[in-house]
Amino acid sequence: MSNINKNTPMEKLTIGGNIYEAGNAQNFKTGDWRSIRPVFLEDKCKQCGMCFPVCPENAIPVCKESLNRKDFDFDYCKGCGVCAKVCPFGAIEMREEGSE
Amino acid sequence: MAYNLKEIVANKPSRFTSGHRMCAGCGAPPVARMILRALKEEDHAVIANATGCMEVSTFIYPYTAWTDSFIHTAFECAAATESGVEAAYKSLKRQGKLPKDEHTKFIAFGGDGGTYDIGIQSLSGAMERGHDMTYVCYDNGAYMNTGIQRSSATPRFADTTTSPAGKVIPGKMQSRKDLAQIMVAHHLPYVAQTIAVNNFKDLYEKSEKAIYTEGPTFLNVLSPCPRGWGYPTEDLMAINKLAVETCYWPLYEVVDGKYKITYKPVKKLPIEEFLKPQKRFKHMFKPGNEWMIEEFQNEVDKRWQELLDLEEITNKE
Amino acid sequence: MSIRERLSGNEASAIAMKQINPDVVAAFPITPSTEIPQYFSTFVANGTVDTEFVAVESEHSAMSACIGAEAAGSRAMTATSANGLSLMWEMIYIASSLRLPIVMSLVNRAVSGPLNIHNDHSDAMGVRDSGWIMLFSENNQEAYDNLIMAHRIAEHKDVLLPLMVCQDGFITSHSIENIELIEDDKVKEFVGTYKPEHYLLNKKEPIAVGPLDLQAYLFEHKVQQAEAMKNAKKVIKEVSEEFEKITGRKYSFFEEYKLEDAEIAIVCMNSTAGTTKFVVDELRNKGIKAGLLKVRMFRPFPAEEIAKALSHLKAVAVLDKSDSLNAIGGALFEDVTSSMYTNKKQVPMVNYIYGIGGRDTTTDMINSVYTDLQEIAKTGNVDNPYRYLGLRQQ
Repeated sequence: MSNINKNTPMEKLTIGGNIYEAGNAQNFKTGDWRSIRPVFLEDKCKQCGMCFPVCPENAIPVCKESLNRKDFDFDYCKGCGVCAKVCPFGAIEMREEGSE
Repeated sequence: MAYNLKEIVANKPSRFTSGHRMCAGCGAPPVARMILRALKEEDHAVIANATGCMEVSTFIYPYTAWTDSFIHTAFECAAATESGVEAAYKSLKRQGKLPKDEHTKFIAFGGDGGTYDIGIQSLSGAMERGHDMTYVCYDNGAYMNTGIQRSSATPRFADTTTSPAGKVIPGKMQSRKDLAQIMVAHHLPYVAQTIAVNNFKDLYEKSEKAIYTEGPTFLNVLSPCPRGWGYPTEDLMAINKLAVETCYWPLYEVVDGKYKITYKPVKKLPIEEFLKPQKRFKHMFKPGNEWMIEEFQNEVDKRWQELLDLEEITNKE
Repeated sequence: MSIRERLSGNEASAIAMKQINPDVVAAFPITPSTEIPQYFSTFVANGTVDTEFVAVESEHSAMSACIGAEAAGSRAMTATSANGLSLMWEMIYIASSLRLPIVMSLVNRAVSGPLNIHNDHSDAMGVRDSGWIMLFSENNQEAYDNLIMAHRIAEHKDVLLPLMVCQDGFITSHSIENIELIEDDKVKEFVGTYKPEHYLLNKKEPIAVGPLDLQAYLFEHKVQQAEAMKNAKKVIKEVSEEFEKITGRKYSFFEEYKLEDAEIAIVCMNSTAGTTKFVVDELRNKGIKAGLLKVRMFRPFPAEEIAKALSHLKAVAVLDKSDSLNAIGGALFEDVTSSMYTNKKQVPMVNYIYGIGGRDTTTDMINSVYTDLQEIAKTGNVDNPYRYLGLRQQ
């Protein structure tokens, strides 16, 4: 499924544009949309859980065991800044892409 | 079980994946994702989606961001399409053609264009026929997918590309249609209006009730559009909060005809607070246009009072 | 033993549906097809079928629900006419592009406007490029037989296209004629069960249906549809032959009536073929070599076969029960003439638009066409190929 691309001949395309591999959009990376990026300041984070549900990209992974968030998934983060804005502790800083 | 957001997010996998192509900061994906998290993990779902932003950016061949089965047909008929899927389920289940121990839930998503306007007939029909499905309107208050044209969900005075704020006509001249009330008039077992605020409790719990109430149920969810509303993308959650605190978007549910307002602000904020950060209302703040804000406020107050009255009347012993 | 009955076209179609026992029927009433969902809902109400009947609020929703039901993994059917089909139009294309073998009974009626409830073929002609297989039926028997064959054709893995069975509104749908029905168990065996490879309700393999299909893919997906339509020819032939084995009733792409040795012939579809056969018999008694080619399979269009069947004639008239309002002639005429041209067959041809809005088509009118054809055969001249039959003119 995921190997279908612009060079795939018609005989190899699924009929009707059906997709038989649900959730395969994960193979499509949207990280390059970003012009600013969030920086996770772990020492300031109180693991309050405000940031991860607001992420439109599901780009803030949460550990199943500790229920703590991990660093951003930059494969998908589009740099919208919603997470930084909701953080009550200033643990997320938005910086220009390319800067330190 | 008490609501625990961290546990829900950590333990229930997202059924709306990364790699979709909605705009950065769009209000819809967190909403859709949380609604789907209200599904029991073991349940399968068939999602129907009306044509709109959500559909065209989550299912671009050959990629789908949905981990459940998904069907999109056209703009105006997500409800009718889903009613066909649900009818097939009933029929096949009755005939023993599907596994007995498997359960499938039916959820349709449409924007305000596909729901309030072009799709309202299809929605009304499906609800009246009593299909066991949840219809979710993610209301961003205009036809955003085609470039911010007014819909019947667009608030009064909003500047859209087909209700531009001009020298003679100051934006959209009509107030919003009240879709949740229209759905209540269908006498559905469950209708709710909600939004993504704070820890998403309101949204999650209403979704769970809607999905697991037998019969046709309806959720109306306000879902801000940074591009169409004209506010910085990072302000999504602040805008949501203001919508609720000003009572522009009251949170309530109607269970078998009984109204329950699920959040009453201690001190209702003036409507300017909600309007001011949004460019679509910018002209309302020009000197001489105070009447517009006043009339907007009056409409909000009137509708809020109506709701308070309905709550009182329908809960009388 | 087959069952002898007297039924209208609508009754026959509803009984075919009962015997097929589809999982879902979604339909909305419209004259003259209304009786089909009416009869069918009594089967549902009495528990004689396993079907979930969805009494939708419009034809647009009828086709939307059929698409949902078929994609879910069930057999879905509907019936409609004229404006009902017009309202479905958007979904008609979506049904075929999603490769869903939905079966529809189309009881042909004039599309508005102005409003008219009687028969012509303007509804069917409006969807001739929509990617549906289209079978036409001369009478109740053919409407019934075509429906019984429909799922086997539509659901074939090399096809997977929706199919509509057309019959003339009122003329066929409401006239009670003799009919031979097939026993229930034989129909069940012939139709078989529907086992789609991928479907929405399969929890083990969730699928996504109906994408945004951009520049890199839509072209190829459309050509896949075109290929499936070509494949349908072979499948229709096979299924028709198998049908003949159990019923003795022979169906081809078209019926040739006294065509083999004919010098002049009419090409038409549906009930007019019955009237034409009567006239052909009369003319034959007078020693005039008249014949008929009745098109059953309009989509896919059997171009090569029709060109071959007409190649020996001296003059041909194509009768269109719908005007294309394009200043060159009707849709059937266009297809027949281009079939002749591309197959390098040169026969003088003329087009008659007739029967619009249920205008009665009499034997006298058909006779007049053969008279014209005799003249054309003699001279080889067709001064005006785009003509009307039964029109009042000054």
